[in-house]
Amino acid sequence: MPDIGDIAANRLSADQYQRNFDDIEAPLDRKRALVEASRCYFCHDAPCLEACPTGIDIPGFIRKIATDNVKGSAVTILEENIMGGACARVCPTEILCEQACVRTAQEGKPVNIGALQRYATDWLLDRGIQPFQRAKSSGKTVAVVGAGPAGLACAHRLALLGHAVTVFEARPKAGGLNEHGVAAYKVPHDFAQREVGFILSLGGIELRTGQALGRDVTLAQLRRDHDAVFIGTGLGGVNALQLDNEALAGVEDAVAYIERLRQADDKSALSIGRRVVVIGGGNTAIDIAVQARRLGAEDVTIVYRRGPQNMGATGHEQDFAQTNGVRIRHWARPVRLIGDSGRLAAAEFESTAAGGPGRRFTLETDMLFKAIGQVFVAAPVSEGGQALLELQAGRIAVDAEGRTSLPDVWAGGDCVAGPDLTVSAVQDGKRAAHAIDRYLRNA
Amino acid sequence: MADLRCTFAGIKSPNPFWLASAPPTDKEYNVVRAFKAGWGGAVWKTLGEAGPPVVNTASRYGTLEVNGQRMVGFNNIELITDRPLEVNLREIKQVKRDWPDRALIVSLMVPCVEESWKSILATVEDTACDGVELNFGCPHGMSERGMGAAVGQVPEYIEMVTRWCKQHTRMPVLVKLTPNVTNILGPARAARQGGADAVSLINTVNSIIAVDLDAMAPAPTVDGKGTHGGYCGPAVKPIALHMVAEIARDPHCAGLPISGIGGIATWRDAAEFLALGAGSVQVCTAAMHYGFKIIDDLVDGLGNWLDEKGYADLPAVVGRAVPNVTDWQYLNLNHRIVARIDQDRCIKCGLCHIACEDTSHQAVAATRIDGERHYEVIDAECVGCNLCMHACPVTGCISMVEVETGKPYLNWTQHPNNPMRQAAE
Repeated sequence: MPDIGDIAANRLSADQYQRNFDDIEAPLDRKRALVEASRCYFCHDAPCLEACPTGIDIPGFIRKIATDNVKGSAVTILEENIMGGACARVCPTEILCEQACVRTAQEGKPVNIGALQRYATDWLLDRGIQPFQRAKSSGKTVAVVGAGPAGLACAHRLALLGHAVTVFEARPKAGGLNEHGVAAYKVPHDFAQREVGFILSLGGIELRTGQALGRDVTLAQLRRDHDAVFIGTGLGGVNALQLDNEALAGVEDAVAYIERLRQADDKSALSIGRRVVVIGGGNTAIDIAVQARRLGAEDVTIVYRRGPQNMGATGHEQDFAQTNGVRIRHWARPVRLIGDSGRLAAAEFESTAAGGPGRRFTLETDMLFKAIGQVFVAAPVSEGGQALLELQAGRIAVDAEGRTSLPDVWAGGDCVAGPDLTVSAVQDGKRAAHAIDRYLRNA
Repeated sequence: MADLRCTFAGIKSPNPFWLASAPPTDKEYNVVRAFKAGWGGAVWKTLGEAGPPVVNTASRYGTLEVNGQRMVGFNNIELITDRPLEVNLREIKQVKRDWPDRALIVSLMVPCVEESWKSILATVEDTACDGVELNFGCPHGMSERGMGAAVGQVPEYIEMVTRWCKQHTRMPVLVKLTPNVTNILGPARAARQGGADAVSLINTVNSIIAVDLDAMAPAPTVDGKGTHGGYCGPAVKPIALHMVAEIARDPHCAGLPISGIGGIATWRDAAEFLALGAGSVQVCTAAMHYGFKIIDDLVDGLGNWLDEKGYADLPAVVGRAVPNVTDWQYLNLNHRIVARIDQDRCIKCGLCHIACEDTSHQAVAATRIDGERHYEVIDAECVGCNLCMHACPVTGCISMVEVETGKPYLNWTQHPNNPMRQAAE
């Protein structure tokens, strides 16, 4: 066993890998779904509905589960949120619908809305039912850039409204973060691709993969060839620690690692450190820390520069990390990466707790993940170093319905300001689609 | 603890909880298990005439499920015992010998012929059981053969058969009544007229509990067909309570012991029957759902409640609510209450508002205070119907408070709007 740079694949048995990356929560069967659905009070002017960024009629879909009208339930969900299946799995419901659920106020135990939403949407997807029918062709075409939640939601709604949509996706696969970024155990069994397949099965959407904006196509071309454009490219860059030695072997970018993990059919082939440190406090930090544990890392520590309540990850996510054996150290920031023969050996931290420059401590580590946030990369929407559309706080500036400074270009999802959530991206895409539809019909 | 011993129509049992005549009391094996568990008595599943026994179907039961709660209502198409008469009689005799302190009553159903009743009564008497219960209630199957509810729906038959039985046995005779009549007092008075020692009610309610939408047939389905059956379980309790109360407050039936039956699953249910005049209670569906061990809480819960309220024994509580059962026309029309929402308990579900807004009197205002949902009763519009209180999922959040009107008691018979009113003086 080397003392430094203990990074290895195959740390677990095949069975352990299988278990570790399977569903974190078993789906509800019919009986359990009925019991859970019966807990819903069918509130008037329901607070949960108001808390849902996509405005799903939550009491309405739950009531339909309770009456065994599961198809109707799924349609109620998908009408507002075509990625209702993914959102059922990845939404931080504890800060959205379930936080607002009146049962949270009453007894601290909300209706398990996420699990019920999954029950209904899975039912429909499992049966290969296509519940939607496209409106008659408008003769208009729209280019959508990025096949993530925002782009696909926009494309689906536009196709539904009768427009012909071409989706340009830089990667070989559609799905965006659901396919490349979310922790594997949240969307196992190739769910992201199944959902993409369901969305595309509506018709009227042409998916072109391997087509990156600024590399294979330009915004100018898209505007020329289509009646409108929607940009949903997400965040293309990651923040650096701004320390020396970031190039040491063992210093990794969490986003890139998770993407490799998500695309690896055989998780045992992934090398992971024995002692892992994660820098950051958002969901990516939690996701990489837990997945590192599940790949067999013995010791995983998240180090975050502020307190638990400042973390981007919800309390639920923090608890989840801790029950997975991840340690979270608050109020400390990295100040030095210590190498040995080109390999990471340790990281030195400084306390950020109140009371001036703090005490320093060192964590020996084989692998360190940077998870301190992603940034929008403007280059693809720029020409000659100049952005073609207005930016705001480093992202694409849009109005209330997602329109950019260009009259025929809309944008949504993580590349615009707002909460970086799948469900918000879906809402951005849907809302922009309706704005585009109005624009095209009045043009 | 309060004394739970029960004396009903001369029949003694250690507690008022008897198992009703039904599948749980069809065999020595079951009844012995029940007595071991602590049941105070049992009414043996209905015996028929000697000779080839009846034949039962598969399946026999259907259920009403509400919000995931199983067997809120229960339906059966099973007939009387399908075991030979002599086997049942032998077992009854054995059980009574082994369990002398428990009430053991035998349910009977034979054709409407004096000789048939006379003959079976003699053989039943030989078992040394404590009494007989005449099954004039079963609404399905046997009624097609002129028995069960076919008798129970004709007061003259009830009186006639009861009289025969009283003539031909020294045992107490309980008459079990069917609820499938327009007025329960007809059958009850007929039973008393015929000399019945007590009545027991209700038997099951005629019903089709569900339709199997795939088989396109009523449930339970027997080889593609279904038939109406007898409905019981918690859902029928309100029907039973009403009928028990009607008999309890009927001057013609004064003093007639009533064994209350119908949806009793908890000690509280039992206490309600006792309060409305039942001297003993019979249980079936709850036992069929959970097994005999529910007797533990029935006995324990009833005893604790009696203690808490300071009632020393059953007679202290039996019929205690009867004086407060009246006709609508005697209710005080000057009594005024309005709803009050406890804002600290309110969870902002809005159900009080929408119930009142859509279906009643628009008396619960929905507003927002600093963006927070807020629900408030508009006193001037509130008629005190208390729908909101029932729709509210939070216990104690909405209460009805009395409003002093300064007006005296005034019922419909005295009300100026009533053209047939009596003079107030």
